[in-house]
Amino acid sequence: MSDNINDPSRRRALKVGAALGMGLAAPSLIYTRNAWAANFRNDPTKAKTVMLGFNVPQTGPYADEGLDELRAYKLVVKHLNGEGDGGMMKTFKPSKLKGNGILGKKVTYVTGDAQTKADAARASAKRMIEKDGVIMFTGGSSSAVAVAAQSLAQEMGVVFMVGLSHSNDTTMKDRRRYGFRHFFNAYMSGQALAPILAAELGTDRRAYHLTADYTWGWTQEESLKNATEKLGWKTVAAVRTPLGAGDFSQYITPAVNSGADVLFLNHYGKDMVNSLTQAVQFGLRDKMVNGKRFEIVVPLYSELMVQGAGAAAKGILGTANWHWNLPNEGTKAFTQSFVKEYGFPPSQAAQTCYAQTLLYANACEVAGTFYPPEVIKVLEGYKFDGLGNGPTEYRAGDHQCMKDCLVVRGALHPTGKYDLLEVVKVVPRSQIEYPASMGGGELGPYIV
Amino acid sequence: MDAVLLQLLNGLDKGGAYALIALGLTLIFGTLGVVNFAHGALFMLGAFCAVTTHKLLTISKSVQDTSITLFDVHKDVPYLQIWWGDIGARIIDYAVPLSVLLAIPMMLLVGVALERGLIRHFYRRTHADQILVTFGLAIVLQEVVKAYFGANPLPTPAPEIVSGSANIGAWIGLGDALSYPWWRLVYFLFSVAVIGMVLAFLRFTTFGMVVRAGMRDRETVGLFGIDIERRFTIVFGIAVVVAGLAGAMYTPILPPDYHMGMEFLVLSFVVVVVGGMGSVGGAVLAGFLLGILQSFASMNEIKDLLPGIDQIIIYLVAIVILLVRPRGLMGRAGVMET
Repeated sequence: MSDNINDPSRRRALKVGAALGMGLAAPSLIYTRNAWAANFRNDPTKAKTVMLGFNVPQTGPYADEGLDELRAYKLVVKHLNGEGDGGMMKTFKPSKLKGNGILGKKVTYVTGDAQTKADAARASAKRMIEKDGVIMFTGGSSSAVAVAAQSLAQEMGVVFMVGLSHSNDTTMKDRRRYGFRHFFNAYMSGQALAPILAAELGTDRRAYHLTADYTWGWTQEESLKNATEKLGWKTVAAVRTPLGAGDFSQYITPAVNSGADVLFLNHYGKDMVNSLTQAVQFGLRDKMVNGKRFEIVVPLYSELMVQGAGAAAKGILGTANWHWNLPNEGTKAFTQSFVKEYGFPPSQAAQTCYAQTLLYANACEVAGTFYPPEVIKVLEGYKFDGLGNGPTEYRAGDHQCMKDCLVVRGALHPTGKYDLLEVVKVVPRSQIEYPASMGGGELGPYIV
Repeated sequence: MDAVLLQLLNGLDKGGAYALIALGLTLIFGTLGVVNFAHGALFMLGAFCAVTTHKLLTISKSVQDTSITLFDVHKDVPYLQIWWGDIGARIIDYAVPLSVLLAIPMMLLVGVALERGLIRHFYRRTHADQILVTFGLAIVLQEVVKAYFGANPLPTPAPEIVSGSANIGAWIGLGDALSYPWWRLVYFLFSVAVIGMVLAFLRFTTFGMVVRAGMRDRETVGLFGIDIERRFTIVFGIAVVVAGLAGAMYTPILPPDYHMGMEFLVLSFVVVVVGGMGSVGGAVLAGFLLGILQSFASMNEIKDLLPGIDQIIIYLVAIVILLVRPRGLMGRAGVMET
């Protein structure tokens, strides 16, 4: 055999080898983007439509929020399919959405009733995945539901875009690779609210907590206790109440003579409406304790709850993820679109669910596939704007959106039935941010 | 001392609701021998009489809401307010007490229709059959209400004049620390009045005497030529009216939703069993007793000693009473013992 590298037979062999190599590589180069397509659950690549699952509580203590979430989902499906005025699709940046569905496939959906119960929500989501063939499911108004659904998502390899969940656990202890949360959390509420409480109520206060007895209530109570005790406040007692208790009088009366001068209501939805109304009926806000006026704080507020509580909510402080009258383009576009469709402005639950669906759809467009691990990788660390909350980042480390949040107050002099909340302060992200490693938890693998 | 008095008052208003529902349940059982699992749903229907009254009084004209400039939105101004100004607003404010006027005929009608149309076919059937059919009826009533009014609680406020709290401490020389919501006091007095009227009706009228005799021995009363069935139908109607009134007046305390009856049903059955099946006095006594015990069990001092006791106290007491007195506090021999 010749040692000369210019030997024609050797060059020919190399050429043939290279051509053969290219020939073999070409199909994989061309088809690599969808090479995994046949290997994931509910792959819609060969279908004309793509099915999403909207799993919201239509009954139970958080049903108000659930029904508003459903309105938002129906609206976002319209916008994704190029119908209506486009809503926040017009303001969302950067975005690859074109109004022709997702990856050219028309978006369809199924709905389920999560009933504000973890087991019912899980069963409903499982049905959506196994029977209806959803490629992504979303919704929920309870953190217990979110944690259960997120765990199911990880088991079944289907992305879950969390709806309204405020427990720290959702993106701390119980974070999952297949779950993403746009809504803020209890830790952020504590950090946002504490300076305002110090400014308005002082640093010498005694607090009493009534807390919904499940993951969200526990973490909100802990976050608020930590934040207020740093101010110098003392916690007199923290009492757990069953979800959906209805009549809270037996829990409120011990607070009246406990020596506390602030009552934290770590309740949400129908429970918050009942407990706040009843606390006001018991004359708590007219009382003077320790030489100070007794105050009530609702750390997590929503417009729907304020509508339910009516006059009882006037002047009461809390936090919110979003409000329909924020002066930014995304909020204006979404509010106008929602009002045109339904005749009244959207709640924060509606906004977060709308945003979550757009974010998922866009991630598929950016990834160029529905294959969940690739979609997840796009969402991790994704920075965007124009969805109503200002510049936002989906943190890769814990799948928690980092953005500004709001301290709000029940309007003292509402002039209509929708201007029931006043934004006291837009709290910047820098004030409420924390390390992604906080709270522990493991995201788990991409491929399941 | 203040805390104890507050819990006592809490127990009394809660006990008032339990006693009213249990009174109707035990009347139906004592007269017709029917275990009525639809009674909670009838309480809920009463609550929705208040909601309906409020809706009727607030039928509104839609006008532009000028406070919102971002988009066109309308607000509702009730016709009563447009026509009669402050007087119209005052009438709307009193929607809940006025709803009693709607609840009495409506619930009587519902009661008689149910008894004639459904319940009477199950008089001679087993208790298991009665439970199944009345439970099914409860679900149907719930779903009808849900379909029409939606799944969410509907706030129905008390009149402005009784929306605050009464300074009870000042009345009894304990200072300003003890105050209690006016409407809850109204509800307690209302429940005592209704219970008193029903007991007086059964005790002091000829109709009541016949009904009591029929409860003891239906056949013998029949032998006197008295149409005891017709009287029992009316008793069923009265029991349904009592449940309805209890529900209507409870709406300012708990915004009603279609499911609220189920929450009360189980507790009320425990009340009936503890009081003694078929015993009217026992139901009232047990209603107040269990309401008060539940309230005291929620005190922090008690819960520190026995965590979770507030959730189980009623059932715990029921077990103890049934072990010590198997017929309940005031139960008669021979009832549900065949």
